[in-house]
Amino acid sequence: MIAIIDYVAGNVASVANAVNTINTDYKITCNEIDLLNASKIIFPGVGEASSAMKKLHKLNLYSMLRICKKPLLGICLGMQLMAEYSKEGKVMGLGLFRGSTEMFDNTVTKVPHMGWNSIDIKKESKLLDGIKSGEKFYFANSYYLPLNDCTTSVTNHQIDFSASIENGNLFGVQFHPEKSGEAGLKILKNFIEL
Amino acid sequence: MLCKRIIPCLDVKDGRVVKGTNFINLVDAGSPVELAARYSNEGADELVFLDITASAEKRKTLVNLVKDVAREIRIPFTVGGGISELKDIEVLLKSGADKVSLNTSIVKNPELITQASKQFGCQAVVAAIDVKLVENTYKIFIKGGSEETELEGFSWCENVTNLGAGEILLTSMDRDGTKFGYDIEFLKELTSLVTVPVIASGGAGKKEDFLDAFQKADVDACLAASLFHFNILPIKELKEYLNNNGINVRL
Repeated sequence: MIAIIDYVAGNVASVANAVNTINTDYKITCNEIDLLNASKIIFPGVGEASSAMKKLHKLNLYSMLRICKKPLLGICLGMQLMAEYSKEGKVMGLGLFRGSTEMFDNTVTKVPHMGWNSIDIKKESKLLDGIKSGEKFYFANSYYLPLNDCTTSVTNHQIDFSASIENGNLFGVQFHPEKSGEAGLKILKNFIEL
Repeated sequence: MLCKRIIPCLDVKDGRVVKGTNFINLVDAGSPVELAARYSNEGADELVFLDITASAEKRKTLVNLVKDVAREIRIPFTVGGGISELKDIEVLLKSGADKVSLNTSIVKNPELITQASKQFGCQAVVAAIDVKLVENTYKIFIKGGSEETELEGFSWCENVTNLGAGEILLTSMDRDGTKFGYDIEFLKELTSLVTVPVIASGGAGKKEDFLDAFQKADVDACLAASLFHFNILPIKELKEYLNNNGINVRL
């Protein structure tokens, strides 16, 4: 069973709809037991970082997500919360990836970074299997994770930032695969069929 | 580099897409899901649904519409039309909409922008703004363009971004339905004034109008309705034209 964590208002329904076209054995949940029973966990998220972290603590999922060894895919804010720190709301993240999220500088570029942008693949990645550099995905973010050792693909919006990250069982994408047409579905499929 | 976006707008009444001119002579144009799928296949980057239902059943039909569309379509979409409460926004986003567009409600209660943006993220909050030139001043209109307000165009646009809107959908009422092209002058000044993405709306009649809006006014997206509904300008053809003229689009 694939668990889709429902912890903030937002796009859980869209993620579930997309997952449903690949594998119908999924559950939308914020329950610790469900997550322990899941084979894989999708960690979506739109909204603001500090209130999202507060919600995770409240639901008792913080430690669980930090120590669980299951394949975990963070999407958008979900990916950002997997990092050590978020400058949005000045809050500690799960610390699964190094680094801290930064805000785009609205004196030099438009914020939020909204729309379709291409990714440039930097590293071999299980998640990006079958995806080529130049493929476009849908983004909607005001904050970004700078490049680090785990960055597998890069997108530019005035500055290069991590479009996807990967380390063993841990995966993150800054874009929305559930809203990125066929290429997005391919990425979800890669994760689900790991 | 971020692509410029092409966005078809669909008017919806009682859960069905309608076509007409200025909300008059409405003709049933089919199911929102089918049309949305068609546009998505033709290369639309995003969709906007504007609900013009007046009945008491409005809320329910809009939520059902969002659920149906979200189930079938894998591109982002915005819903608007009479949304006035945080609770409504929450239900629509939870049902699968990516953004809500707010118009009359934020003029009456500007605080709603800040509350919605805090709760759902600014990327989900589109300020839909209708402007019309009145005695040499751009004035803001509400209630589907039927009521003039005291607000001035540029200052209101700046204000909504300061309050937390993540995007501006700017409709020129002077141009809407004319096919004379977007209001380049207003849009050009607007994009130099605000740092959020701007969607141009009102006046598109031919391919060149889109190119002008991107090149001369530096807008981030162009919205059109009848041009796409009546298949006067296929989206694919438009995007190829833009691409050939140096505009970065998703083909």
